Amino acid sequence: MGRLVVDGVCKIFDEPRGGPPVVAVDGVSFTLENGEFCAILGHSGCGKTTLLNMVAGFEAPTMGSLSVDGAPIRGPGWERSIIFQDYALFPWLSVVGNIGFGLDMKRTAPDDRDRAVRHHIELVGLGGFEHHFPHQLSGGMRQRVAIARALSVSPRVLLMDEPFAALDDQNRRSMQDELVRIWQCEPKTVLLVTHSLDEAILLADHIIVMTRRPGRIKRRITVDLPRPRDEDDPGYIALRKTLRALIREDAAT
Amino acid sequence: MTVEATCQDLTPRRLAPSRRPRCPSLRGYALLAAALALWEVLSRFILPLSNPQVAILMPAPSVVVVTAGHLIASGELPGHLLASLKREAGAFLFALAAVPLGIAMGYWRAVHEQLYPLLEVLRPIPPLAWIPLSILWFGLGDTQNQFIIFLGMVFPILINTIAAVHHVDPTLIRAARSLGAGERAVLSRVVLPAALPQIVTGIRVGLGVGWMALVAAELVGASDGLGFLINDARSLLRTDIIVVGMLTIGLAGLVLDVGVRRLAVRLLPWSAALAR
Ligand SMILES: Nc1ncnc2c1ncn2[C@@H]1O[C@H](COP(=O)(O)OP(=O)(O)OP(=O)(O)O)[C@@H](O)[C@H]1O
Ligand SMILES: [Mg+2]
Repeated sequence: MGRLVVDGVCKIFDEPRGGPPVVAVDGVSFTLENGEFCAILGHSGCGKTTLLNMVAGFEAPTMGSLSVDGAPIRGPGWERSIIFQDYALFPWLSVVGNIGFGLDMKRTAPDDRDRAVRHHIELVGLGGFEHHFPHQLSGGMRQRVAIARALSVSPRVLLMDEPFAALDDQNRRSMQDELVRIWQCEPKTVLLVTHSLDEAILLADHIIVMTRRPGRIKRRITVDLPRPRDEDDPGYIALRKTLRALIREDAAT
Repeated sequence: MTVEATCQDLTPRRLAPSRRPRCPSLRGYALLAAALALWEVLSRFILPLSNPQVAILMPAPSVVVVTAGHLIASGELPGHLLASLKREAGAFLFALAAVPLGIAMGYWRAVHEQLYPLLEVLRPIPPLAWIPLSILWFGLGDTQNQFIIFLGMVFPILINTIAAVHHVDPTLIRAARSLGAGERAVLSRVVLPAALPQIVTGIRVGLGVGWMALVAAELVGASDGLGFLINDARSLLRTDIIVVGMLTIGLAGLVLDVGVRRLAVRLLPWSAALAR
């Protein structure tokens, strides 16, 4: 369960100071089958976040439609949980409280809630930190809590907006590996927004490259490299070259 | 001093225990001790020589201490203190209504639109300016007193609560919604806790302003309480009692503020840590 269909979606923002309206997303259509890991790659300002916000239900499309398993998206909900770049953890809740938040909202029975929380703490490797508060955790650990919190509600689609952009290189790499491991343990439809070529290749099955302003789909590329992916693999290097060329030619125009 | 200006220097940053200056050594009190000694000598020996009547107006510190002892032993001072604290507490219970009101005003623009102009008009009126009208409304007595105190408390709490809700990180609300939270859960489980540290700041300011208003209200229309005590002592020319009363008012206000601050650090440990 978790088939995401985006069909002819446009988003136009009215300029508040009477300027011309901004076309942020222009006629984007794609389908993600259940369990697919898709990365959206594009320049800053090309409408990636806007697209993700529409999938999350925070914003309504100006035109077009979005649906998950055939049900139209009408607003935010646990079937499409999201991981933010700045974690967005609740500072007044412990690790357990944060991870259990969505389960409480779903009115999960206490026993099941505790079991699910424990399971996800183990899954992201935070055993021993159950009762720490966000301010007592490192950046990488906070992102782990955010991942566990988003997964705990068993979403059909997991959304991520540059989830590792705030981490240093080393941490980012280990969190990327971790994310792949978690995703392999519990396959899910994932939509990841990034502007890092390597992040897209390392993580995704499919890469959607977007054009700059207005945001359209330029190319959809399937990544069929074996996991775990190796940066020195000729296939990896070739794909990286292709992606770079796609992004570059866009920057020139 | 406006309420906002008061809030500025009461930001929760101060709640962090590690930020408090280390206990100053006794040396820090040298000037205070010297001043007390000078005061003692002045009012005990020098003033009576020149003009005995003026001497009455300046009770020596030692006299004040003795009077304080008497007032405490007789139960008079604790009685008045208790009466004042009761008024403050009673008014505070009513003033707490500013918290839900402030949350509603901060969260729903329509509520804000309707109520803010009213707030803007009422807020600059000092609580004491309400005394004449409130006496006509409620007569002299506890209700009238508490009404004045309430007016001192309610605006700082309301203003801070509104600001606190406006400052809640919108991604936290989005995160909650995408985890399945409805409107009620967003308000009670995200907006309220996120706003709590600044609400506490508002409560601290409110208790302080209320305490000032309390003394003034008691000066005019009460038959007990610390404000009454010092005003009553004035008519008997007992400056020593006046000074004891004033010191008690200051001390009680301080204890109240420190108490709330301690409580906040205890109950909201994360907020102190965040502000660091
Ligand atoms: N609420 C809004 N009102 C008006 N314009 C907006 C709004 N949100 C986004 N835009 C505009 O839409 C365009 C796309 O923005 P978006 O945030 O989706 O880009 P992005 O691809 O996520 O960029 P980045 O990589 O920098 O995060 C930008 O030109 C932006 O100015
Ligand atoms: Mg973005």
